[in-house]
Amino acid sequence: MINFQYARANDVADAVRMIATDPTAKFIAGGTNLIDLMKEDVERPSGLIDISRLPLKGVEETSDGGVRIGALVPNSDLAWHPLIEQRYPLLRNAILAGASQQLRNMASTGGNLLQRTRCAYFYDIATPCNKREPGSGCSAIGGINRIHAILGTSESCIATHPSDMCVALAALDAKVHVTGPAGERVLAFTDFHRLPDSSPQTDTNLHPNELITAVELPAKGFPANYSYLKIRDRLSYAFALVSIAAAMELEGGTIGEARLALGGVAHKPWRDSAAESALRGQPANQTTFEQAADILLRDARGYEHNTFKIDLARRGIVRTLTQAAQATPQSQSDKKIR
Amino acid sequence: MVCHDGNWAPGLGISRREVLTGTVALGAIGSGRPSYADETQRPATALRQDNQVSKSMTLYIGTPTSRVDGRAKVTGEAKYAGEFNTSGLAYSSVVESTIPKGRIVRIDTSDALRVEGVLDVLTHENRPRMAGTDQAWKDDVAPEEGSPFRPLYDDKIMFSGQPIALVLAEEWEIARYAASLVRVEYEKQAFVTDLYQQRDQAFVVKKPDKPHGDAGRAFAAAAVRHEAEYFIPTEHHNPMELFASTAVWDGDDKLTVYDKTQGVQNVQRYLCSVFNKKSDDLRVISPYVGGAFGAGLRPQYEAVLAVLGALALERSVRLVLTRRQMYGLGHRPATIERLALGAKADGTLDAVTHEAIAVTSQFEDFSRNDTGWAALLYKSANAKYVHRLARLDVPTSCDMRAPGAAPGVYALESAMDELAVALKIDPVELRLRCYSDRDQNEGVPYTSKQLRECYRQGAVAFGWDKRSAEPRSMRDGSELVGWGMATGVWEALQMPAAARIVLTANGHAEVSCAASDIGTGTYTILAQVAADMLGLPIENISIKLGDSSLPQAPVEGGSWMAASASHAVATTAQEVRGELLALAKAMKGSPLADAKFEDTMLADGKVVSKQDASRAVSITDAMRHGAVDRIEKEKTNSFPDDSSHARNTHSAVFAEVKVDEQLGVIRVTRVVSATAAGRILNTKTAHSQIMGGVVWGIGMALHEETVFDHRFGRIMNANIAEYHVPVNADVQDIKVVFVDEPDTIINPLGIKGLGEIGIVGVAAAIANAVYHATGKRVRDLPITLDKLQRST
Ligand SMILES: Cc1cc2nc3c(=O)[nH]c(=O)nc-3n(C[C@H](O)[C@H](O)[C@H](O)COP(=O)(O)OP(=O)(O)OC[C@H]3O[C@@H](n4cnc5c(N)ncnc54)[C@H](O)[C@@H]3O)c2cc1C
Ligand code: SF4
Repeated sequence: MINFQYARANDVADAVRMIATDPTAKFIAGGTNLIDLMKEDVERPSGLIDISRLPLKGVEETSDGGVRIGALVPNSDLAWHPLIEQRYPLLRNAILAGASQQLRNMASTGGNLLQRTRCAYFYDIATPCNKREPGSGCSAIGGINRIHAILGTSESCIATHPSDMCVALAALDAKVHVTGPAGERVLAFTDFHRLPDSSPQTDTNLHPNELITAVELPAKGFPANYSYLKIRDRLSYAFALVSIAAAMELEGGTIGEARLALGGVAHKPWRDSAAESALRGQPANQTTFEQAADILLRDARGYEHNTFKIDLARRGIVRTLTQAAQATPQSQSDKKIR
Repeated sequence: MVCHDGNWAPGLGISRREVLTGTVALGAIGSGRPSYADETQRPATALRQDNQVSKSMTLYIGTPTSRVDGRAKVTGEAKYAGEFNTSGLAYSSVVESTIPKGRIVRIDTSDALRVEGVLDVLTHENRPRMAGTDQAWKDDVAPEEGSPFRPLYDDKIMFSGQPIALVLAEEWEIARYAASLVRVEYEKQAFVTDLYQQRDQAFVVKKPDKPHGDAGRAFAAAAVRHEAEYFIPTEHHNPMELFASTAVWDGDDKLTVYDKTQGVQNVQRYLCSVFNKKSDDLRVISPYVGGAFGAGLRPQYEAVLAVLGALALERSVRLVLTRRQMYGLGHRPATIERLALGAKADGTLDAVTHEAIAVTSQFEDFSRNDTGWAALLYKSANAKYVHRLARLDVPTSCDMRAPGAAPGVYALESAMDELAVALKIDPVELRLRCYSDRDQNEGVPYTSKQLRECYRQGAVAFGWDKRSAEPRSMRDGSELVGWGMATGVWEALQMPAAARIVLTANGHAEVSCAASDIGTGTYTILAQVAADMLGLPIENISIKLGDSSLPQAPVEGGSWMAASASHAVATTAQEVRGELLALAKAMKGSPLADAKFEDTMLADGKVVSKQDASRAVSITDAMRHGAVDRIEKEKTNSFPDDSSHARNTHSAVFAEVKVDEQLGVIRVTRVVSATAAGRILNTKTAHSQIMGGVVWGIGMALHEETVFDHRFGRIMNANIAEYHVPVNADVQDIKVVFVDEPDTIINPLGIKGLGEIGIVGVAAAIANAVYHATGKRVRDLPITLDKLQRST
């Protein structure tokens, strides 16, 4: 861990100004990811700009019936916020599937979006890793890759994005509000994270000098038919091998609007419009769900240790869609899979 | 006595406040005192009296006494090795090798030395002198064969994560930063960290198991055969407390070392030998240990490096390892276990072959008994056991809870389950048909063996009779239900240990012994034994442990500390009684004037005649009359040297799993462990020990695995986010049943110890349950859901 400067930002403008003057500095919110990476010498920022006291902690209704979540709202507060509980239970469940109570208390909304991959080589500076050190090679290809991606991989990197919360945000069509030297802009959630292609060092389309200020949810929250299912190596406190966020509107037995997003399978929360189209207008049954799963996984490709994820994802998708259709969402406290 | 922070004494012994906690709990328990079906199991103190004298007398042994050190631990008053402070303390940080094998060609510390606040950087090139012979580096429990690892000794790299430099600084943060600036140039050499790649080069080591008959031929001729290979990966102990050492420079080349260890005297002798110091000049203290599980049996490198730093600076130095660095210490070796069982159609065994190939380092031969457990459990006319070691470029493996047995019995008990399936015999029934009343390695009976009762009581508690034998035949909605069982077995060893008792005329006693309490409850059971033996209330007893200057104790391991230290205390208490009796007799008109030693006891603060409770003299009166204000005695325990009996603890473990049929997610919903381990000194701490063992067994079955990338020879999950152990959600209903096991042969108190038996058999019971649920046999641990998807 290197020595670093520490400074606290007082407001958004202040934070943006500070990062502009020192591009090698980093924002720190809850610190639950950044500090770990600094201890391992993976991140070596010259300075930390503490944004944890910025007034970005509100969860408020927007004029068009959605909800705007401040970038510094802790994950736990968000999960237990009445607006989220009632209107976006998918998001709440995804958050509660992640990490531990202690970590969720510290973790911020913005930080969760920007948490980095759990690829072991990324964490071990004694091994090559294109994401950490562009051009050094990808150790996971041909190495230990049990937790790695099966979709959207590249020759350069097969890492996954580890977040649970982001899978729900992707499914819910959230938007990300950011502020930089050039002012504010808004990114669609599905455009926020990137695929690795030839530059895996860049996780997102956020510019290094931009601050996330809020995440906005549209009005549609699917409070009746939704489920978040996380499949992992122990029953709690482990990153997803595969996770599935499913939400739909049902008219009779027929699916109206439908959403399906996967975690643990790609460099970003994975959504596939073709798979969702295959659900829309169809009867909510096993055959429909299997078709959607097959479409979503049509280009899936396994590596030495993670091929099992393809079949696991297929079964998981069907199961989660069934849970959503039956309005029996997966409980995050009772670990029995419904 | 060192007293840098002014208050270490309460942390070392037990302050009155802490003891009161025990009393409160005892009071609360009073009415709920366990009842004993069999009078012989009544928690009497055999050394003391045969017939009870005073009904009101409190007997602590056998009761669920709360930890006497519990309050100190939860309030933070208890101090650990990395928490002792002293003025002028310097901090240090280790630089580890990133390659597994080779030589350091150049080590450039100039950038590190330039950092403000850095005091020095020690490497093999500039460190203070250390011993140069293997003998000097052998600690009490080092493997017989090999050259112990010497940190910072020379330019040789023997494993990834090896310490190669120590940065000393005014602040820990500075040391850690400077450590990242040390640049190392290596000459890399070919290496191997994969057991499977090296199995053919494995060599045979001699073990105490005694093969008999011709297992190969009997197997070939057997009516029913089962043969398979099982695999246990490398596992790390991951105690909560990081390994740490605070070496306090006392001036004049004298040191007091606060170290995380399971044996202060082992570390003290080792450091004195390595640094050529007189034993008076180096003292090792370790009052509390935040878990060690075997990782702290041998002195670890943090103690050597902290002392090196202190010698170099002539100043106190602290070293706390990081979690990643803890993966550069010993581990449970990866092991391949091959079992071949041949049986008659009625289930009786004709042939047992158990072969193990375990990992050791390139420089030491560490091995434990993986094989040979069958000889303790199952009758077979023919048996063959072979233990091999394969050398890899890793640190020397070491003991981890039930070393040898945890992996070996996992394999044996999985194989027995497979045999039961092949024979179409209930798994419990098969074990009863093969039951052995003798240790067939030594050809001797047991001091006691209530394993049949373990099977019976465990089965009843679990509801085993409702099991339907066919795999995949039990369900609960979308989940397949599996019930599996296995046997556990471990040793009941006892070692030489001494205790000192200082009794003062006000009826308080201080009991001291160099033993460590690694969280198992040694403080508490010794307070119970002392209170009963001295006839004093437990709150009048204070216990001092974990200091090399105290009376001799073995390392805390092998489950031998309870029996060993308890008997040291009991033996010394007898001496105290002898002196008290002499004082009482000397009183004018003493009611005990003609009492013989064996006819007396200490109870209710008095020396009492066993025949007539009215003939008694209070301890205080006896001492006052004799003008004695303290009686101090120190004695070593002694056990009969009895080779005509085998000494073991046993258990029967029953597990229920529920497996999601589509997704393969496994939940261990119930475990019953029925344990027979002699007299249970403290049903509360004993329960915790077994429960902890079961939890670890769940981890062994489903979660634990140190993952290597063999291309780099490095561990890829050297942290406890990615190295999985069970979390609360993985631990559901665990029931611990203690089976009465009177043992009048093993030792006077009938104690066997139970630190390790709790884990043995658990992984097999769960693996067998997973098979019963799914019809899939996964023979390589841990059983993760992807393995259930495999076609075979
Ligand atoms: C042991 C462990 C287990 C975990 N398990 C899970 C899990 O199961 N599921 C899961 O989803 N997550 C899990 N997490 C990850 C956790 O959710 C993240 O660490 C957390 O969400 C990060 O939030 P933070 O506020 O602490 O971010 P920080 O660590 O403070 O920051 C992370 C990154 O985001 C940047 N940043 C933070 N806020 C902003 C902002 N407003 N604008 C611009 N940049 C910003 C920082 O510069 C930094 O690069 C786990 C973490 C740990 C340590
Ligand atoms: S998968 Fe990505 S993060 Fe992992 S080693 Fe390869 S490049 Fe690095």
